[in-house]
Amino acid sequence: MSPGAKGWLAAALALAAAWASFRYLSIDLGQLFNAESGRQLAQYAARFFPPETSADYLRQIARGAVETLAVSALGTLLAMAAGLALALLASGRFGAPARMAVRLVLNFLRSVPELVWGALMVLAAGLGPFAGTLALGLHTTGVLGRLFAEALENAPPEPAQALAGAGSPAGLAFLYGTLPLVTPQLVSYSLYRWEMNVRMAAVLGFVGAGGLGQMLYYELSLLREARACTVIIAMLALVILIDAASAWLRRRL
Amino acid sequence: MSASRPRPPRDPDALKRATALLAAALLLWPLLIVAEFRPGVLLDPANLRLMRDFLAAFFPPALQPDFVALLARATVETLAIATAGTAIAMLIAMPLAFVVTDALSVSRIGPGPGRAAGRALRGAMRAIMAALRSVPEVVWALLLVRAFGLGPAAGVLAIGVTYGGMLAKVYAEILESGDTRPARSLLEAGSGRVAAFFYGLLPGAAQELASYTVYRWECGLRAAVVMGLVGAGGLGQLLDQSIKMLNGGEVATTLAVFLVLVLAADALSAALRRLLA
Repeated sequence: MSPGAKGWLAAALALAAAWASFRYLSIDLGQLFNAESGRQLAQYAARFFPPETSADYLRQIARGAVETLAVSALGTLLAMAAGLALALLASGRFGAPARMAVRLVLNFLRSVPELVWGALMVLAAGLGPFAGTLALGLHTTGVLGRLFAEALENAPPEPAQALAGAGSPAGLAFLYGTLPLVTPQLVSYSLYRWEMNVRMAAVLGFVGAGGLGQMLYYELSLLREARACTVIIAMLALVILIDAASAWLRRRL
Repeated sequence: MSASRPRPPRDPDALKRATALLAAALLLWPLLIVAEFRPGVLLDPANLRLMRDFLAAFFPPALQPDFVALLARATVETLAIATAGTAIAMLIAMPLAFVVTDALSVSRIGPGPGRAAGRALRGAMRAIMAALRSVPEVVWALLLVRAFGLGPAAGVLAIGVTYGGMLAKVYAEILESGDTRPARSLLEAGSGRVAAFFYGLLPGAAQELASYTVYRWECGLRAAVVMGLVGAGGLGQLLDQSIKMLNGGEVATTLAVFLVLVLAADALSAALRRLLA
């Protein structure tokens, strides 16, 4: 097939898939965006402005933001510890069967999204930020475990071999021969995941896991859109702030 | 015996390491309090019993015919939400990218009369794109569920809005990163922007544009499941209901279907992108 024909075929298939999807969901775009629903949407959007800015509410927002920050930081730290422990197994230091088994576990942890973990952890630990911390920790362990294992596998083995050859025990040979080589990489991966986890921690509250997300869910349920707008602004500000902080840290490392 | 061996030298970095550890612990302490970090609650007998019963119910997974039928419908719905959402995202992204991309900027060729107006228009469009994509799709979904009611419409629009902003940015960048000389010479020879796009830019960029869109569709599928947790239809909504009813068997089956769906989408997306390359 000529490239041009292939392109037309792909476009036709994509169009057919989109048409079938709208039909299946019985969404009529014309009806969704007619003048009447447009006016209703505009009315709904107008209720978000101006955002609530009373000092008392801003204090609550600050508390929510700190909680979100704590959840993201602790979740990432837990994942760093668990991820490193599992990465030791997943990098094949304790035999091939352990490597296979742990890789399977890491894949599973990573494939379940944070919000699903959140909904499950709310059952295990009750409503509140601790459930969010656990949810982030579980998902991020899967991600960091795999990245850490790859970093360990790619680290040059000579320094650790030299230490072991000179009679140092395996544990110390790892701590002084391998770990310093990979530390910058591990920290950089962890900072990157922390940035993503701040975003996630902000929305984990939707399933009851504390922080700004829980405030947003609550305010929207009570139809207090102006307050909800403040929460959304705080979420965006927090993400921008953390991105800047993380970029600064990364440059210094 | 051991007395004859020389004592290993003290860790030269001991002081620095101890200080760093102490500082980290001091920083960590308030975090633990704010996040209500109490691992003890996991071992609380009532919580333990709940979790044990819930997990025990995972086996056997729910396979009753009516639940499987429900699950199949939810799976197709999730696929449809991702596809329809990506289609809307493309509809939003294409005109935005067309306006924003520097590769089609007439005013950049030389200091002409429209330079300031063009720059202002591009700036405004870029701001809209940034606003669309910086609010996470789950937040959009939550807001739109309030506007359109529970169900897939909110999910479709949430993906459309968020990914519309992302696709517009990436489309514009793809158009700029390729060979822009054909389009430029067309513009310089007096052709219109639309013609310059179709004859000068699109032939070189089409593959990359399509490939990135397929990748976004794959992300949209994952997002569609997650958005179901806030009521935007599909597998996620089913999962949410099963978790809230503590029906472990249904949760197990739904999770398994979700994992298979994500793997299949991964494979399909990779195959499509290879085909396009």
